[in-house]
Amino acid sequence: MSGIAVDVVDVSKRYRLYHERNQSLKASVMRGRRARYEEFWALRDVSLQVREGTAYGLVGENGSGKSTLLKCMAKILRPDQGGITTYGKVSALLELGAGFHPELSGRENVFLNGSILGLSKKQLLSRFDEIVGFAGLEQFIDAPVKNYSSGMYVRLGFSVAINVDPDILLIDEVLAVGDAEFQRRCGDKFAELRAQGKTIVIVTHALGTVKEMCDEAALLEHGVIQTVGNATDVVDRYLGDVFAVGADAEGADAVRLPGPSIERVELLDAHGRPADGARTGDAVTLRFHFTLPTPLSAPVLVASFHTLDGLEVSRPAVPMTDLFGGAVPTAGAVDLDIARLPVLGGTYDITAAIAEGGVLHGVPDRAHALRIVVERASGTEEHGVVSLGGQWKLSARGVPT
Amino acid sequence: MTRLAELAGSRELLANLTLRELRGRYKRSVLGWGWSLLNPLTSIAIYWLVFGVFLNVAPPTGEPSGLTSFPLFLMCGLLPWSFFQTAVEGSTETLIGNGNLIKKVYFPREILVISATASMLVTLFVELGVLILLMLIAGNMVIPWIPVLLFVVAINFVFALGLAMLVSVLNVYFRDVKHFVSLAMKILFYTVPIVYPLSLVPKHKEVAGYNIPVRQIYELNPLVPMLGFYRDVLYDLRFPDLGSLAYVIGWSAVLLWFGWWVFSRLEPRLAEEV
Repeated sequence: MSGIAVDVVDVSKRYRLYHERNQSLKASVMRGRRARYEEFWALRDVSLQVREGTAYGLVGENGSGKSTLLKCMAKILRPDQGGITTYGKVSALLELGAGFHPELSGRENVFLNGSILGLSKKQLLSRFDEIVGFAGLEQFIDAPVKNYSSGMYVRLGFSVAINVDPDILLIDEVLAVGDAEFQRRCGDKFAELRAQGKTIVIVTHALGTVKEMCDEAALLEHGVIQTVGNATDVVDRYLGDVFAVGADAEGADAVRLPGPSIERVELLDAHGRPADGARTGDAVTLRFHFTLPTPLSAPVLVASFHTLDGLEVSRPAVPMTDLFGGAVPTAGAVDLDIARLPVLGGTYDITAAIAEGGVLHGVPDRAHALRIVVERASGTEEHGVVSLGGQWKLSARGVPT
Repeated sequence: MTRLAELAGSRELLANLTLRELRGRYKRSVLGWGWSLLNPLTSIAIYWLVFGVFLNVAPPTGEPSGLTSFPLFLMCGLLPWSFFQTAVEGSTETLIGNGNLIKKVYFPREILVISATASMLVTLFVELGVLILLMLIAGNMVIPWIPVLLFVVAINFVFALGLAMLVSVLNVYFRDVKHFVSLAMKILFYTVPIVYPLSLVPKHKEVAGYNIPVRQIYELNPLVPMLGFYRDVLYDLRFPDLGSLAYVIGWSAVLLWFGWWVFSRLEPRLAEEV
């Protein structure tokens, strides 16, 4: 049984929503007060425990208080009630390169930023090469950071922060930086930290990351903890909630299980064989197995193709009655043929649901989502999410005579 | 007391932030550090011209040094004054200017104000070094007085730091503190003996039938004896009056305590307000 790394006990944090803010003395005196504001609770009686050596995810919608909680853990904000005890050295990655001085060189900034994050000069000297190497900035380390590209800036910031060697690492949405290569190195570094028994707390919208990396998670909603537990369960619960909110808003809360649902999504290659991956430009088929126990008048199958960061690449939909030429059977499958898979290398999740009249029926269950890995087609140089499918050629006007 | 322990643990950060201030200040300027000498030298030249030459203010004769020089007399007051002024006025921008850092990283926030004040202190040391050199050239043997000078500088630092803590955090909540401070500095400059000797301030003045003890009121301002200490040590070559010394040390201690107290009261919500 491992010990507790972060102990959050009944934490409440109140923000002031200013209606008018008198930042000048004159206005304060004239109105007899400094400001008129409403108080609102960003966190309400939040208690949770992060066990030592585990990765903990905080999920929730924007404004749910998850970042506030993280900042309270980092001691940047002070809770109005309750308390947080951390056991061990804490390092927070809230913004990479915060505190860099633009006119100073990368080298000077490594030492400055490192000491802001709590490293001694001796420690910095011994880790300097590693920090610079990890950021891949050996050539540019003596140039002022204002001349760095934003990617270089963030890489150096990340590299310093990760080398602080904390016992507890707090991360807020900073994983989604840098190019694919740097992302991969970050992933490796986190795995390494976890293997060393460090504790990690992550706030992110990248639910795939939470599922993959975290042991436990907490779901926050309007500053209150909804669910705490196994990361996969919490993420699924969250996704269920997100989709259900849309349905409930339409007054369709009666349509729950046993309702229409997508049982399974399959990826088939050009020959109709099941596959778990594909290449950019391949011909593939997505097969959606559905059940429709109660007949609907105009069911629409809605699929969603998104990246692990939650970016929706595409959301194809089809009216099922058109497809079946009339009544839709209670169970069956529909195919989506894609002649040329347009997404570039990466990992994608595919979910689906059945909708009617703008109302989603059946929660798209993440457990039934399909995760596919797409490889970049060989011999191409294209980065990003989508392939434009373009052809490079010589411009007629560009050919010297 | 845990705060003090935390502060002590952040010595290295303090040094690095001070270096950042110093390095960043003159980066990419051709003269670089030359500016930190050129600025006070220009002020000295212009005040000398106006007050020493045009208005013909007579410099006092150093007792017991026997030195009589308006520019040297001026420098003894002007250098510590500009340290005080830049430290306090500059501190109004310190927390807001580092808002991004405050919102993203935890460290004892006092460090920012202390390091900004310390970077001004470094400038003061450079300037005082030049002044000591000039004093030696003028025949004033100031070297034995350097330990006393350092003591005076230390008091001056505590005094300025207390005020800097106070106005830096107040300015986050009331942005016009900054304007108030710069106005107060303008008034203060002429109500302390920098460009004129204390002897020009009348002891008494008849105003509407009342006999006002002008000099006594004037000397209540702790900056008056504070600047006097520099003159005692560098210009007159004598030990400062112990009573005045106690008075100024008292002021400095109270200011530092009060500044710190206000700072720690307002500090918890700094990340939200900045």
